[in-house]
Amino acid sequence: MCLAIPVKIVEINENKRAIGEIGGVERELDITFVPDVKVGEYVFLHAGFAIQVLNENEAKESMKLWNEILSAE
Amino acid sequence: MERDPFSRMKFIDEYADPELVKKLVHLIQSDLEDISRPVNLMEVCGTHTMSIGRSGIRSIVPDKLKLLSGPGCPVCVTPSGYISASIELAERKEVLITTFGDMVRVPNSSGDTLGRFPKEKVRIVYSPLEAITIAMENPDKEVVFLGVGFETTAPVIAQTIKVAVENKLPNFTCLSANKIIPPALKALADNPLSKIDGFILPGHVSIILGKDSYADLGIRGVVSGFEPLDILTGIHMLLRQIRKGIVEIENAYLRAVTDKGNELMQKVMDEVFEIVDTQWRGLGVIPATGLGIRKEYSDYDAEKKFKVKYPEENEPAGCRCGEILQGICIPTDCPLFGSKCLPDNPIGPCMVSSEGACSAYYKYERN
Repeated sequence: MCLAIPVKIVEINENKRAIGEIGGVERELDITFVPDVKVGEYVFLHAGFAIQVLNENEAKESMKLWNEILSAE
Repeated sequence: MERDPFSRMKFIDEYADPELVKKLVHLIQSDLEDISRPVNLMEVCGTHTMSIGRSGIRSIVPDKLKLLSGPGCPVCVTPSGYISASIELAERKEVLITTFGDMVRVPNSSGDTLGRFPKEKVRIVYSPLEAITIAMENPDKEVVFLGVGFETTAPVIAQTIKVAVENKLPNFTCLSANKIIPPALKALADNPLSKIDGFILPGHVSIILGKDSYADLGIRGVVSGFEPLDILTGIHMLLRQIRKGIVEIENAYLRAVTDKGNELMQKVMDEVFEIVDTQWRGLGVIPATGLGIRKEYSDYDAEKKFKVKYPEENEPAGCRCGEILQGICIPTDCPLFGSKCLPDNPIGPCMVSSEGACSAYYKYERN
């Protein structure tokens, strides 16, 4: 139920609507809750609404940490 | 949504790297060597339940670590009386029910479901906003949306009610069974029978609430994402806290969850809903965990408009869902599991939705 998937914003339209793309499929979503989102950014999509902008810096940081774990030993 | 099987899913696929998974499992093994007793960790999100089942995490971590599924599936914890009330509404000639898909399969305590109605009468929607469109297209019908969700979904439902207000829609209402998670965590942690050492906190509920919302509960928890690496990292961080004797809230889902959460969503939720006592199927009433529609929005409250009464209904004899949801036992301990209680013929609430603990166990971990 609380499933939310990362979707790339490809177009921002009027009335807080936007087009998002995931795995080659485009769909319309509501961006009322992430008013500052920009084209090219990823958002978490839940029940037709973007609920958060994905923080790409943090994503890179986590990946870096995990890769450090991997290279340890 | 269909997925192109040849396209890589950015920010999803990289979080299942098998080498990293192996390494993290190794870290978890050495964490556990430093702890002299069995450890019980509980997740409280249906998406975690599914993800742990699907990825087989339970089978690759040592037996000493028990991963329990708490009341994280909103459909499963929706009381039987609510299902009966929804069925009663669906029987009214003028009513069209709109709902998320999982709800139509859920039987009330006498085995009746919304699934027995024709598709035109009980319509499955992906977003509650679709219910608004249906109401606009059917001015001679009363469109009732079944509002069932936790903090991830409740603001989306609140926003939908606000859209109905803006459009002065006279034929749209919501029957709210929305619930909030943090006080339920506290109730679980305080239950001496549960023996929960820490919580894998729900990543998407936490997008809305923020990490800080758990700070005053006095529980040990790590906010975690849903891919295998996210969950294993959350487990590793919880074990580290246990090893060091620390009880605090940490965040392992930094790409999604901030300290304060999505304040716009919190605001909308608070504007439309008020905190009420509510019943959790299998658990009974937990004070101050329900979201009722505020009286300013009572025109959009199906409970008021149709004078809905929720009958009190008991769970079937032998069903151990209540104990499963509290982490006191696991699905395979229940005598009905896999014999009388099956995904196609669910008896208890944890088997009714694909995200329920029993359903996920049945699908992925029967052996």
